[in-house]
Amino acid sequence: MSLAVDNLRVHYRTLRGDVKALDGVSFTVADGEIMGLAGESGCGKTTLGKSLIRLDGRMRHVEGSVVLDGTELPIADDRAMNRYRFREVSLIPQYAMSALNPTRKIGKLIGELLAARGESYDDRFPELTRRLSLVGLDEDVLERFPIELSGGMKQRVVMVLSTLLDPSLLIADELTSALDVSTQKAVAELLVEFRDREFVRSTIVITHDLAVLYQVADTILVMYAGKLVEKASAEEITTSPVHPYTQLLIASMPEVGTRFADERRTGIPGRPPSLLRPPTGCRFRARCPLAFSKCAEEPPFVEVAPRRYAACWKAAA
Amino acid sequence: MLRLQDVTKVYKAGTFGRTHVPAVTEVSFDIAPGEVVSLIGESGSGKTTVGRMILGLTRPSAGAITCDGVDVASLQGRALRRYYGAVQGVFQDPFSSYNPVFRVDRVFHMVRRPFLPELDDTEWRDRLRRSLEAVGLEPDDVLGKYPHQLSGGQLQRLLIARALMLDLRFLVADEIISMLDASTRIDVLNLLGDLRSRGLGVLFVTHDLALGNYISDRTIILWRGRVVEVGATPKVFGDPRHPYTRMLLSSVPQLSAKWETSTVEPLEAGTELAGPLQPIDDDHAVAAWGSR
Repeated sequence: MSLAVDNLRVHYRTLRGDVKALDGVSFTVADGEIMGLAGESGCGKTTLGKSLIRLDGRMRHVEGSVVLDGTELPIADDRAMNRYRFREVSLIPQYAMSALNPTRKIGKLIGELLAARGESYDDRFPELTRRLSLVGLDEDVLERFPIELSGGMKQRVVMVLSTLLDPSLLIADELTSALDVSTQKAVAELLVEFRDREFVRSTIVITHDLAVLYQVADTILVMYAGKLVEKASAEEITTSPVHPYTQLLIASMPEVGTRFADERRTGIPGRPPSLLRPPTGCRFRARCPLAFSKCAEEPPFVEVAPRRYAACWKAAA
Repeated sequence: MLRLQDVTKVYKAGTFGRTHVPAVTEVSFDIAPGEVVSLIGESGSGKTTVGRMILGLTRPSAGAITCDGVDVASLQGRALRRYYGAVQGVFQDPFSSYNPVFRVDRVFHMVRRPFLPELDDTEWRDRLRRSLEAVGLEPDDVLGKYPHQLSGGQLQRLLIARALMLDLRFLVADEIISMLDASTRIDVLNLLGDLRSRGLGVLFVTHDLALGNYISDRTIILWRGRVVEVGATPKVFGDPRHPYTRMLLSSVPQLSAKWETSTVEPLEAGTELAGPLQPIDDDHAVAAWGSR
């Protein structure tokens, strides 16, 4: 078992109280698994990704543990986490490609990052160029500034760079969202390639785009308002979701071939609850067409069928 | 009828503007009232420039954009204001269209004096209520609120409602869905479909083929500033002919088919446009292509 997260709670401190962005999540990611993490904006998916590597100043670890390859990660201790960052856990944050230092050539930038982790650029150079050519980049990108590269090229550089030390876990947050469809496909397929070549052991892919996840992920975990909703294989989530939220989300997505005139799709009425004072019971209750009296009690996230997990009283029954 | 005839836009770039970058080259198409036309292209294809030229925010370098026979570029003063009373735009980021200091109602008050000075208060409130209802918003839910209290979908629908306050005939919708969440984007899309039945012509600018296919009557595929394929939406999506269109369609992530099963070959390097649009069927035309 590669990653095990148990009852993790991470809140944001604000003047008006704690925003319960991540409110008790438990799941595992197996060796070699690419897990997609999906949900609407504000559901806590980015917070979950960040919690596994670095809590920023506003974030507070309330409870819960993260165990990676049998070792508990000291996620609340910023300095102690340094040992694990880049080597064991790597994060590609949102807009990573826009965060490359514009005053450094790509090669120098990578050299500085390696030096900061006590690694030698020259030792890593052969492997670096091998991986760059694998993702379709010439060695001379190392001599270029980020402004000289296209979005797809930058995103590939970021992928090679963040996996250079073969981390056990890679977290990719909205990796392909800013890319054109043709580039998006090429970059997303690299996630599978990197896993197959064991540059990374397990991967968590965070995106709001379920269709991209269906293409590259083995399993998909859906979040809603700081809670886990459903986890199952990518195939099952898309073809036979059991949680009403997942069902409505899938039903709202037009496919190529669906036409407004013939087959009208509908959205989910209402909006997610405020996480400052989240409602008791099931958090999707107010928007759920199947809600009944028992939903005032919080449904546990349990295995409803082999390897299928969901937090819904109707699904469990 | 909104008509573009051989519209070309060349931007000057480089030191002293000596380099000329063609953003849009000889683009021609029509939008009839009650028709949704998708303009699909990747970043840098010139799709936003086309929308901006229709809205008069950028002048074409060559060619003409006419609305009912009147050249848009020649409009000034009152005539231009009249044009904006009939043609409006809504853009990608609803959050940046509002001033966070003011209540959202302000966007409506801002159009009142220039465009609707003849309405008295009762008529104004009545029209406001009707246009909010048309976009599926409950006036009490949204009026008097600040932008941060509303969702992206609500803010975007408010902007569409503002456009509907005027006697609008054409709407340029530039990527209005892409910043919205999946559970609300479909509602905004359906709204465009419903407005069509009220006789509104919509130019739906997008990079998302599934959304374009869902909502539009006709589709225009833009590649490097040129139209490579145009026609009735079922024809363009059902029988794509241009290699670029085929590549684009096979790259769209879908829930029903995996990329691995796609049989379409990637776009050959060196593929270039070789000629103007040739009709191949009733309401379906494709530009010729060749290899360098």
